[in-house]
Amino acid sequence: MRLSFPFSAIVGQDEMKRALLIAAVDARIGGVMVFGDRGTGKSTAVRALAALLPPILVAAGCRYHCEPGATACPAPELHQRGKATMPVPFVDLPLGATEDRVVGALDLERALGRGEKAFEPGLLARAHRGFLYIDEVNLLEDHIVDLLLDVAASGENVVEREGLSVRHAARFVLVGSGNPEEGELRPQLLDRFGLSVEVRTPQDLAQRVEILKRCDAFERDPEGFTAAWRSAERRTLKRIAAGRAALPAMVVPDAVLTLASRLCMAVGADGLRGELTLMRSARALAALDGATEVSADHLATVAPMALRHRLRRNPLDETGSTVRIERAVGELLAA
Amino acid sequence: MTAAPDAFGDAIVAARLCAIDPAGLGGLLLRGDGEARDEVIAAFREALPATAPWRRIPASVDAEQLLGGLDLGATLARGELVRSAGLLASADRGAVIVPMAERMPEGMAASIASLLDTGTPARIAVVLLDDGIASDERPPEGLAERLAFHLDLTGTRPTGSATPPAPDEGSALSFDEVLAALIGTAAALGIGSARAPLFALRAARAAATLAGRSTLDRADVILAARLVLAPRATQAPPADAPAPADDPALNEDGDSGETERRDVDPLAEIVLAATRAALPQDVLARIAEGGGRRQATSRSRGAGERRRSMQRGRPLGARSGKPHGGARLSLIDTLRAAAPWQRLRRVVGDDPRRVRIRRDDLRIRRFEIRAEATTIFAVDASGSSALARLAEAKGAVELLLADAYVKRAQVALIAFRGTTAELLLPATRSLARARRALAELPGGGGTPLAAGLDAARHAAEAARARGRTPFIVMLTDGRANVASDGSTVRAAAERDALAAARAIRAAGFAAAFIDISARPRADGAALAADMGARYLALPRADAAAMHAAVKAAQPRTAGR
Repeated sequence: MRLSFPFSAIVGQDEMKRALLIAAVDARIGGVMVFGDRGTGKSTAVRALAALLPPILVAAGCRYHCEPGATACPAPELHQRGKATMPVPFVDLPLGATEDRVVGALDLERALGRGEKAFEPGLLARAHRGFLYIDEVNLLEDHIVDLLLDVAASGENVVEREGLSVRHAARFVLVGSGNPEEGELRPQLLDRFGLSVEVRTPQDLAQRVEILKRCDAFERDPEGFTAAWRSAERRTLKRIAAGRAALPAMVVPDAVLTLASRLCMAVGADGLRGELTLMRSARALAALDGATEVSADHLATVAPMALRHRLRRNPLDETGSTVRIERAVGELLAA
Repeated sequence: MTAAPDAFGDAIVAARLCAIDPAGLGGLLLRGDGEARDEVIAAFREALPATAPWRRIPASVDAEQLLGGLDLGATLARGELVRSAGLLASADRGAVIVPMAERMPEGMAASIASLLDTGTPARIAVVLLDDGIASDERPPEGLAERLAFHLDLTGTRPTGSATPPAPDEGSALSFDEVLAALIGTAAALGIGSARAPLFALRAARAAATLAGRSTLDRADVILAARLVLAPRATQAPPADAPAPADDPALNEDGDSGETERRDVDPLAEIVLAATRAALPQDVLARIAEGGGRRQATSRSRGAGERRRSMQRGRPLGARSGKPHGGARLSLIDTLRAAAPWQRLRRVVGDDPRRVRIRRDDLRIRRFEIRAEATTIFAVDASGSSALARLAEAKGAVELLLADAYVKRAQVALIAFRGTTAELLLPATRSLARARRALAELPGGGGTPLAAGLDAARHAAEAARARGRTPFIVMLTDGRANVASDGSTVRAAAERDALAAARAIRAAGFAAAFIDISARPRADGAALAADMGARYLALPRADAAAMHAAVKAAQPRTAGR
């Protein structure tokens, strides 16, 4: 297994990093959509975050990443006594993936070799409690997209096919990336992503030089580079852990809640999902920052990423959603 | 310092550099057929170690052959699990050749791209052979982006002597100087990706290794910039001299241009000057078109005709056949077919629990998929379609585009005026581009109806060839006055238009003919009938009414 580029060593792209950290603190936020050009470090950042997170505890021998003591496993007979740890799962969903590979299918080996009917878990099972990453999600087949949405929303994968009847938990942080120049994403899918960020190539020459330097240093000596960044990585990890611990007790003052609702109304964000995500991500950000309660500033920071993909808009209107949100935030805070 | 652009010599050098650091540089993308390409491939193979694996990926390869999996034949024969390694894994520390890469499925490209990213289970170099002819026939960009060298050999011939990188008299450069030069050049050429300068850096190192040096000098950096950065240019570099910021022509191209130019150091200037000479013609042409960015051929689907497929879609049941070439085994049906014979096939002493499956029992699955829909708008922008009408047509097209956005269908836009028809927008799903093309649509001139019809037919044929379902929407007043040959004889113009309309009907394309003239006449309806199109006279309709009418006229399969 190759070492992955340290998350803390990624230059710039602050909004993307912040969104990923928020999703790592509170998985219920429902995934991150990253829009941007090629070669801006989208997949590097997601892989790096998965590698950064501490290993998870699983029931030994379980093929579904069950937590120890979980009762709803479809194959409890494989559970062995005791616990095991595994790195946080990171699953790359390839564009050409078939439905079989995604949801799971009949286990060919056992069917042919031993004449048994058994279920072979698919990518959804492998992503349970981890990250499911889809590069170029806008080019993914419609029926796979529908299926993913369904599972991502329900947290459960139900398979009823080929005489198999299996259901298993599949909760994961969905991270999609895409380039809007190559085709739009269906609004229905876009809305399901909790946060959306836009990444751009840094225009600052010094920053570009720094990126190249670090990539090169990492490639020539992965061990040394990772070691040099270990303490920074530890700090990031501590922030996430502290954030997760602080999250349940985090207070959202009524004034901030009101502000969130007024902001959603002002920009015309459809549905309650926007408000919920806005509130949750502001809370997660406050927890990450070590604050005692959520402030209007936290809300203002997360507002663009929580709302920009939910604005009811004329698809032909090119006025940037980010601009509209920032303007509304500015007006509300000034009032 | 730089010789005249020598595509073949450059390609040979690129192949040698790539062989020095195959996994780091990713590989080669070779466009254009012929002898020159074969020689470049041969040079690459020669430069690799003799023991390096060399695999060619057949076009019919399926995911299991490519990535490894169950070896079904051997498993069935032996009654125990037999795995096959997969083509990619077997090429570890070697190279993989992909012919006809422009037709490569996205899924396969994604698999290979992820292999290049992670280096597991194999570290390989990839050679994509791009036989595309049209400018939109290109290998998947996600994969091409991960290969250092993009070489266009169209029309080049082997020149015999490939010039090795000339040793430069200049002294060794510091790492910071090299970085600044490469990044400055990439920025000046409008290259956004961080991968490009990284590849250039590795190519420069490989060039130094090839020349037997351990430090980088100026020639290495220039060579790397020419081979890696020039083909990726998306904008013309600023003019030769370190331009003073008060030159207005140079300040138009971007907000950051001015500051960048001030930062560019002397080495970057030299590298940029050397690279400019190597910019391929088609890059310049693309830059001139204003796009810069390669036009994205979206491959996603909208609703369209139903077709049989072996791989995906709604299940249609199983039939007997062997699972290969993408067709997948239907296990339950296979077992069901084998079940009645189990007792008969059992040999004395055989394990009674073993299932005995013969080749004839194998069943493969069939699916039905919907083809993508492509709506082709052919808009009459002539003077006779008064400008007001044209504005309404534009409005209707915009509304239809919004529909296409929801249904994930593609749209293409053709405009005809003066003496010719022009494909303003090849099939795309990008609304932003469609909208831009529409906004820029000029009006005035004659009505070359025949040319417009022919262009629509060609676009529809191209869409069908790619497995999509085309739907033609003509927006015109039907008053042809420019013939195919450009002459303005009305009779000839009408005759040609009629012939073009019949050709559309003969090809069997679904079409709608929208008469946008202020006083519709019978000849519009006649032309629509000859075209096999639904005729809609919309003398006073506004954009919304026109939109509703076209939606109603759309074939059901394209409407979902």
